[in-house]
Amino acid sequence: MSNVRKPYDLSEIKIPRGEIHLIKDRCKGCGFCVEYCPNNVLEVSDEFSEKGYHPPVVANPERCLNCGLCEIVCPEFAIWSTLKEEVEASIEG
Amino acid sequence: MAMAEKGKVEEKHPMEQLLRMDRMPHIWCPGCGIGISVTAFVSALKKLEFDLNKMCVVSGIGCTGRVAGYIKLDSFHTTHGRAIPFATGIKMANPDLKVVVFSGDGDLVSIGGNHFIHAARRNIDITVILVNNFIYAMTGGQVAPTTPETAYTTTSPFGNFETPANIPQLAEAAGAVYVARWTALHVRRLEKSIVEAINKPGFSLVEIVAPCSMYYSRINRLGAGIDMMRFYHENSIIKHDEPTENLAVGYQKQIIVGKFIDRERPGFIESNRRWSAEAKG
Repeated sequence: MSNVRKPYDLSEIKIPRGEIHLIKDRCKGCGFCVEYCPNNVLEVSDEFSEKGYHPPVVANPERCLNCGLCEIVCPEFAIWSTLKEEVEASIEG
Repeated sequence: MAMAEKGKVEEKHPMEQLLRMDRMPHIWCPGCGIGISVTAFVSALKKLEFDLNKMCVVSGIGCTGRVAGYIKLDSFHTTHGRAIPFATGIKMANPDLKVVVFSGDGDLVSIGGNHFIHAARRNIDITVILVNNFIYAMTGGQVAPTTPETAYTTTSPFGNFETPANIPQLAEAAGAVYVARWTALHVRRLEKSIVEAINKPGFSLVEIVAPCSMYYSRINRLGAGIDMMRFYHENSIIKHDEPTENLAVGYQKQIIVGKFIDRERPGFIESNRRWSAEAKG
């Protein structure tokens, strides 16, 4: 990594990490959150919800950046994310 | 809440403060775009620097007409096609209120078409959020004035031969001061547009092209709601300030989205006050 320039403001940049909250019984299995999550955090699960739909499952929780797109794209008010922590940026990451 | 009693729901969705959760789950089908329009609207409300006690949501009849019943603001579920006249009355009686009309294409531009034209002509200070799903969905998928040519519906079993209404062009010709169109996929841009439209004095229109996953897409064999969203992803193109005569929507053809009109015209209340002051001398 020696040939990678280190940005001057690297120490000031914080990368947000989000936590997904999901109310499975509200989900109607439309799949919008799974399709449009920009970081592929979600996957369609095999389990059935109370209504008989396949709700999403958080497959890669560490990749969530708390962008909130799942919250706004969900027509059922069933999924949202909150900020869990902010980590230091690094040039290796 | 029954769900809370079972101990399954421990947390609250951040939009719940602006929704009537006792009415949930809502009636919209899986894959419907109206729910996304509502989340974009609620999200826009949170960004507005405005006292929400002074906001009123008016809906007509239809799938989108249910929105007024789900939003926890002063809301009004009116007769079919007459959302704009009721909104006009509210605005005239209390000009301090922000009035938002949230309804569908069948309600606003077919049955209430005349009210739409004349509210835009008078430039009444209301915001119209029009969810266009190309069909009368609640009543069983009949042909609507917005149904694209050749599309199948339950009342056009050999395909629709009528020329559909071009809603942005209609609004511009009638005199709207703000016209934008987004699909249900462009949620962030839609949210921004709703904020702009609510802050804009005068008659502003935001058209939302939304998938109807149970009637329009099923009769036309276009797949589920997610397939229609993929279609929007591939076939919508953002062209701000596009002349509105180019904005007709063809059957499974490119959809032009963006902000088309943003202009100034004297509003109805303003003209009324000026005129009455002049007339009385």
